[in-house]
Amino acid sequence: MKAKEVPQEESILEGNRRACYAEDEHGRYVVVPSKGWEVEKIINAQAHAEIDKHVEEARQEVLRGEASPLKYHMLKCQMTPGLLSATTGLWRWQVHRHFKPKVFASLKRPMLERYADAMKMNVEELCKAPHNIQPKNHIMPDETEKT
Amino acid sequence: MKQPFDHRHAAHCESGALSALLRNRGLDLSEPMVFGIGGGLFFLYMPFIKMGGIPLTAYRDAPRVIIKNICKRLGITLRTMRFRKPEDSMAELDRLLEKGIAVGLQASVFYLSYFPRDMRFQFNAHNLVVFGKEGDNYLISDPVFEHPVSCPADDLRRARFAKGIYAPKGLLYYPEKMPSSPDLKEPIKKAIRQTCGRMLNIPLPFVGVRGIRYLAREIERWPVKLGPEKAPLYLGSVIRMQEEIGTGGAGFRFMYTAFLQEASDLLGLPHVKDAAKMMSENGDLWREFAVKGARLCKGHETGKEIYNELAAIVRECADREEEIFRLLKKAV
Repeated sequence: MKAKEVPQEESILEGNRRACYAEDEHGRYVVVPSKGWEVEKIINAQAHAEIDKHVEEARQEVLRGEASPLKYHMLKCQMTPGLLSATTGLWRWQVHRHFKPKVFASLKRPMLERYADAMKMNVEELCKAPHNIQPKNHIMPDETEKT
Repeated sequence: MKQPFDHRHAAHCESGALSALLRNRGLDLSEPMVFGIGGGLFFLYMPFIKMGGIPLTAYRDAPRVIIKNICKRLGITLRTMRFRKPEDSMAELDRLLEKGIAVGLQASVFYLSYFPRDMRFQFNAHNLVVFGKEGDNYLISDPVFEHPVSCPADDLRRARFAKGIYAPKGLLYYPEKMPSSPDLKEPIKKAIRQTCGRMLNIPLPFVGVRGIRYLAREIERWPVKLGPEKAPLYLGSVIRMQEEIGTGGAGFRFMYTAFLQEASDLLGLPHVKDAAKMMSENGDLWREFAVKGARLCKGHETGKEIYNELAAIVRECADREEEIFRLLKKAV
């Protein structure tokens, strides 16, 4: 890749630049900073869309009263029950049990704090899932063009 | 606590962090050199090891292999420590900074607040260098950032004790003893020989050049086996490993080109120079794969033919890499 071919497109880097290796005018490969590339934007959006799909499913479950907000927040933090149990030091079955709204409602403050701390939020946030869909940060490039 | 630190922009965290640590102790090795001597280049496609339900693809060796190899080959003694308690690890970090020692850390990207939002995934094997502390903020030379950054202590503590695969467990490291001007020729040759061996001779279908061919065969099967929903996800994950996670482009192939160019200057072997040129063209082909694949992921292309087309590109990459590593093997 030649240095002038290094993509400089709007992307996910929020003003940062990524180091690419490319050929300078003397034929040497050197670091050339890249503002971003549409390719990485597309695949990043795809990966986030997949995560968001599960988060949204969980949010609907919470609103229907089928799951506790814990499940929603866990997925929002890109965690699995296994990872959450490792982070909190709880057993995996306990985490699964706390997905039940009734069990979750009976949890005492220290347990809620344990979860809240693991996901870096406060207990009040942990105990509710948002009613409206939060604005998306990562939109597929096509949708941006339309709006 | 602040000491001057020579920060340089790098493509990959592990080679970048080690290169920075060595440079600031007086041994100036470029990032590609660290990557090359560390034997970082590899390929692996593991259909039965899944991350989030998607097979694992890697264009490089496992985390920490580069560091291990380069220390062994150049005779560097690296002091490494892991901790059980977060408080101990932060105290040790502060103690070392007080003594003026810049420290390499393993951390999870997810908790590092200076990362762009969309890039924060649960990935535990990120490497960075801490070189100072101002109040409650640590001054960090993160190799993949253009300039030094800073990070609140609480975030850094969380990042160092994230759980899951490759959990860092507070890992910190710094070079303790190192040669001032080591001979590079033999280590370079050894490293190239090792990389050739790993790319060509491992009798498993999932790794090296065989692994690339295996991926090509799999891509052809995806549209039938996985259906139109899942196949693009699998493809997207391959491209992410190639481009998004800090490889310098084309899944480390461009960085390896830079290494081969430096190596050929030192060794004076014309074949290595030829191999560098071939590797550069090979990298361009991987980029083409990424561009075409991304178009598919975006939903512009559907149908089986495009998967076959992608597989053909990947297969061509495999052929080229086989040729390159056979040439290199003969040359060194």
